[in-house]
Amino acid sequence: MRIAIGPSGSRAPQRSAPAPPAANGLPPSWPPCQWRRAVLRQDGGARPPRRRKGRGLSAGVRWRRRRRAGRTMLRASLRQVSAALKEGRVTPTELCQRCLALIKSTKFLNAYITVTEETALKQAEESEERYKRGQPLGILDGIPIAVKDNFNTAGIETTCASNMLKGYISPYNATVVQKLLDQGAVLLGKTNLDEFAMGSGSTDGVFGPVRNPWSYSKQYKEKSIPKSHSEDKEPDWVISGGSSGGSAAAVSSFTCFAALGSDTGGSTRNPAAHCGVVGLKPTYGLISRHGLIPLVNSMDVPGILTRCVDDAAVLLGSLAGHDPKDSTTIQDDFKPFELPNLTDVSKLSIGIPKEYHAPGLSSEILAFWSKAADLFKNAGAKVVEVSLPHTRYSIVCYHVLCTAEVASNMARFDGLEYGHRSDVKDSTESMYAATRREGFNDVVRGRILSGNYFLLKQNYEKYFVKAQKVRRLIASDFGKVFRSGVDILLTPTTLSDAAPYTEFIQEDNRTRSAQDDILTQAANMAGLPAINVPTALSERGLPVGLQFIGRSFQEKQLLTVAKWFEKQVQFPVIQLEEVKRHDSGVFQQQKSASFS
Amino acid sequence: MRVLSLGRWLRAGRVPPRGRVRLNSGHRHSGHRPQAPPQGPAQVPPRQKVSVEVLDHLEHLALVDFRDSEGVERLQKAIQFADQLHEVNTDGVEPMDSVLEDRCLYLREDDVTEGNCTKELLENARETVEEYFVAPPGNIPLLKLEEQNTYLQGSK
Repeated sequence: MRIAIGPSGSRAPQRSAPAPPAANGLPPSWPPCQWRRAVLRQDGGARPPRRRKGRGLSAGVRWRRRRRAGRTMLRASLRQVSAALKEGRVTPTELCQRCLALIKSTKFLNAYITVTEETALKQAEESEERYKRGQPLGILDGIPIAVKDNFNTAGIETTCASNMLKGYISPYNATVVQKLLDQGAVLLGKTNLDEFAMGSGSTDGVFGPVRNPWSYSKQYKEKSIPKSHSEDKEPDWVISGGSSGGSAAAVSSFTCFAALGSDTGGSTRNPAAHCGVVGLKPTYGLISRHGLIPLVNSMDVPGILTRCVDDAAVLLGSLAGHDPKDSTTIQDDFKPFELPNLTDVSKLSIGIPKEYHAPGLSSEILAFWSKAADLFKNAGAKVVEVSLPHTRYSIVCYHVLCTAEVASNMARFDGLEYGHRSDVKDSTESMYAATRREGFNDVVRGRILSGNYFLLKQNYEKYFVKAQKVRRLIASDFGKVFRSGVDILLTPTTLSDAAPYTEFIQEDNRTRSAQDDILTQAANMAGLPAINVPTALSERGLPVGLQFIGRSFQEKQLLTVAKWFEKQVQFPVIQLEEVKRHDSGVFQQQKSASFS
Repeated sequence: MRVLSLGRWLRAGRVPPRGRVRLNSGHRHSGHRPQAPPQGPAQVPPRQKVSVEVLDHLEHLALVDFRDSEGVERLQKAIQFADQLHEVNTDGVEPMDSVLEDRCLYLREDDVTEGNCTKELLENARETVEEYFVAPPGNIPLLKLEEQNTYLQGSK
C-alpha cells in the first residue's frame, strides 16, 4: 500500500497522514519528512520511499508547469515555440488546442471566417507523431498558421469574403499553402478580409468587419476617453486595416504564430501597422501566386505577417522559390537565410523620400519617422533625403491599373463552373449578369465598371497606357535612388494610427483606399520588397509602424536592417485584458487554454 | 547614450510635450528629416459627364449593373480622380507591363503532367449533366436599354 501525500496540486487521491513514528513502528532514525512518505511493507515494517528517477517533481507540479508554459507559449515567437516543440516542453496537439480555444474566446474580433478544428487537430496529431519519432519536417512542423481567405485550400471553403464564392470548396491547395503543409504547419483556419481584397479597412466583406485586437488592449483603454461607466457598453473599437485585416488580427491576438496575407497596394503592411505586427511584402516574382485568387496580376504578392522579423525570414525561406505553375516567379535559386545580428550600421545608407511627407500625415507619425531617422544617424548610418518625384501620381496610376486588371480578373466569375449561380435561365448573358449582380458588392462592381471604362477603345491610350507609362516613371524613380547609393528607404506605413470604425465608414471604400494606400502602393508599382516594423504606440495607445523598402530580391539586407531597428525600438506587447476576461469564463467549461 | 534615450521614448510610446519638442534637439539640421510637403494639394480636374449610352455600354461589357445613382457617382469620381494622370509628362516613355520585363518568361515543356480531375472540377458547379457544365441558351444578346427595367432606363 502506498501512502501518497504529495503537494496539494497532485491528482492522486489524498489519504490521511499516518500516526507518529512510535505508533506505526518506523525507525526513530528516519527524518520527520520521510515518516509521511514511508512505504509500508506487507510484514508491517516500513522502508523509505525510493528516490524517483528524473527531476522528482510530482505529476501535479509537472502539469502546472506545462500549463504555464503553454500559456506563455502563445505569446512566444515562431522560432521560440518551434524550439519548445523540439525539446518537448509543449506538444503540437496542446498548442493547437490552446490556439483553437483562444480563437473561440476572441470570436468577437471576427478575424476568422472558417476555423478548421478537426483538420488542424489531425495535423497536430501527425506532427506530434513525428516529434515523438524525432523526425520533425522542419522549423514549421506543428506551428499553428492562419491563411487569408483568398488563397485556395483544398477541401476548405474559400470565399474571399464574397457572396460570389460562398460555399466554394477549392479542389486544390495554393502553392504557398501546400508548401506550408508540406513542412508540417497546422492550418487553423481562413481569415477575414475585404471582399476580394479590395479595401483598406477589412470592413467590406460579407462576413462583417474585423476588429483590431488593440481596441481591447489595456494600452488603448487607458488612453481613450471613457464614454460611459457601464461595463456592457462596447468600447469604440478601431479597424484592423486592410485588406489582410483578419490575418493581422489573428497574429496580433496570439491565436496563431504566423499568417499569410496578400499585398497588392499595401494590403499586408497596412493592417500590420494598425495591429502592431511585422508585415512583409516580398519582391514581386519571389513567391508563387498560384492559388491566390488574383486581384492585380502585375502587382499581387503573397504577404507574410508575423510577430517579429526573424519569423518573417523563416516563413520567407519556406515559401520563396520558383514554381512551374506560376510563370511570373523568377527562376533563380532561392537560398533560405538566417538573419545576422547587425551591430554596425555605419556602412548603411538610409534614404528618406521627402514626398512621403504626404498631406494628411499625422504629426505623431512624422515625429516617430524623424526619431527613427535620428536613430540610424546616431548609430553611424548615412541618412540622406531623397526624392521620388512621381510619388503623388502613384496612387492615381494604381487606381487606373488596379481597376483595369480587376475588370479582367473578375470576368471569370460567371456562375457556370463554380461559385454563386443565379436562377435566371433566359440566356447565358442574362444569367451571367444576374449572377454577378447578386454576387458582388458595391466596391467590386464599382471597380469593375471603372476598369471597363478605362479599357474602352476611346479611353485605352488616355488612361490605361498612360498609367503604364507613369508606372515606368515611378519604377525608374526608385531605380535612380537605389543606384545613387541608397540601400534602404525609410518611410511611414500609414498616415495615422487606426481609425475608429464609425469614423472609417463615413467615407466610401474608394476614397479610403486612395487615402490609406498612398504610402504603400508605390512599392507594389515597382515590385520592390517592403516591410512594416511596429515602432511605438501613438497617443491613443494604438500601434504605429514604419516601412522599410529595399532593392529587388535583396530581402536579406532589408530584413537585417528591419531586425536591427526592431531591436532598438522594443515595441511593447499587447495587453489583452478583455481576452483574459472572456477566457476565464470559457475556462470553466473547457478546461483548456487560458490567456494571460 | 542618445540612442538609448530615444529607444526609451519609442518604447514608452510617448511623444515629447509639444511645446518642448525640437526635432533638431540641439543638433544642426542635417537635411535628412522630412520637411513640410513640397507640393500643395493636387489640383482637382474638372468633372466630365458620362453619357447614358456609355454607361449602358459599360454595363453590357462588364455584365454588372450600376444599381443606383451612387454607382454612377462612384464612376464619375473615379474618372475625375484618374484625370490627374494627364498632368504628368510621359513623352518618350514606354508603357510598363510588368516589373520583370528584363527577365525571360519561363515556359515549360508541353508535356501533360496532371489532369484526370473531372470529378473534382465538376463538384463546384451547380448544374452539370454527365461531364458537362450546363449553361442557358447562348447567342441571345442582353436586353437593350429601352427594354430593360434597370436604374439606367429610369434615368434616361
